[in-house]
Amino acid sequence: MLEILRENWLYLLVGRYPEGPLGGLALTLVLASVSLALALPGGVLLALGRVSHRRWLRWPVSAFVFTVRGLPLIMVIFWAYFLVPIALGVAVPGYVTMIYALAFFTAAYLAEIIRAGIEAVPRGQIEAAHSLGLDRFHTTLRVVLPQALRNVIPSLVNQFVSLTKDTSLAFIVGINELTYAASQINNRTLNHPAEIFALVAVTYFLICYGLTAYSRYLERRLAWGHR
Amino acid sequence: MDKPLDLSFLLSGQYHDALVAGLVTTLELSGLVAVVALALGVLVAVMRLAPTAPLRWIAAAFIEVIRNTPLLVQLLFWYFGAPQLLPQRLLDWLYAGNFEFVAAFVGLALYTAAFVAEDIRSGIRAIPRTQMEAARACGMHFVQSMRLVILPQALRAMVPALTNQLLNLLKNSSLAMAIGVAELMYQTREIESYTFRSFESFAAATAIYLVLSILITIAAAGFERRSKPA
Repeated sequence: MLEILRENWLYLLVGRYPEGPLGGLALTLVLASVSLALALPGGVLLALGRVSHRRWLRWPVSAFVFTVRGLPLIMVIFWAYFLVPIALGVAVPGYVTMIYALAFFTAAYLAEIIRAGIEAVPRGQIEAAHSLGLDRFHTTLRVVLPQALRNVIPSLVNQFVSLTKDTSLAFIVGINELTYAASQINNRTLNHPAEIFALVAVTYFLICYGLTAYSRYLERRLAWGHR
Repeated sequence: MDKPLDLSFLLSGQYHDALVAGLVTTLELSGLVAVVALALGVLVAVMRLAPTAPLRWIAAAFIEVIRNTPLLVQLLFWYFGAPQLLPQRLLDWLYAGNFEFVAAFVGLALYTAAFVAEDIRSGIRAIPRTQMEAARACGMHFVQSMRLVILPQALRAMVPALTNQLLNLLKNSSLAMAIGVAELMYQTREIESYTFRSFESFAAATAIYLVLSILITIAAAGFERRSKPA
């Protein structure tokens, strides 16, 4: 176990970087963070579409959210590999396609979280904003969304935990993040699979458990503010 | 692609058979896991609330470890790693059968059980404490009180959460393709790489997953309506 770790720790952390492309744990974190950064505005827009009064907006957005949430992530990834090159008209590296797929998938889940946050904002807030003379756009932007997003921060952190775990699916399409890097080492060494995959599991656990604990702390602190 | 949207190759012949075989495997895997994970989830949830501290610790550790590691890594561990830890005679027997399916079953069952356990725990906690106290005062011990008083009430309230877990399980079972289980997603990719008809293959699989999700949602809603206490 220690020997495997001593010989491969750098590969598991950053892949072949700086001589080659970034990989390993660093790529896992890049995939998760960039996808979340893209998914967050997407999730807000989809959530606003879901609660819109305009049917022509609400129905297609709801259908999109329902469809994506009804599919396995790997199905969304396959669609992305098929559609992204057509949509962009150029070949893009695998990890870019993966980021698109993760962002689309996560945006649909964030949309439902944020929608719950929007619906939890008391109606009186909206009425008060209207009577102060704010139009619909500014009511949403400056009154509803700040409160809605603040309330769902713990759920957003939990979604980031799911996203970090979901990046492991890049293994199936051969992107050299942590899980794939580990399987490469497993193919090379052959006789220590249990140790290698346990080590990978521990790595994910440390990150995800840390974030989960952080989200519980946030939940307590936000609950305090309401008292 | 000769015609823009030609699904005929999926409606009969070898590719149709492959798709149906994949669907059957997905349903078998998800169905088996659902039954075992529900039982295991109840067990873990009850352990999590047990009066004995070490039982609580074991259950809590199990839940945290499983929930905070990717399912795919767990499947790879059971498929590649676990054989290293098992005795040779058991391995011979496993490899003679469908080892991919067994590894996927074990991984999915443990993963789903950890999530089900948390849903059941919050369902149990929604039942007033006095119910447990009354049961204990009537002379029942902890397990009896759980089985006869708390769980029958709690399970009814948990139908929506458990339905959600069933939907997740259906989707998660697609990861079994990574260790070579020929379920729906695996067959879809096979068909796609043989025929180069990405759009039709993916559209068919997408439609199947969505129809299954809708059917499960409808069935759960019906079940919930019927089981509501008068």
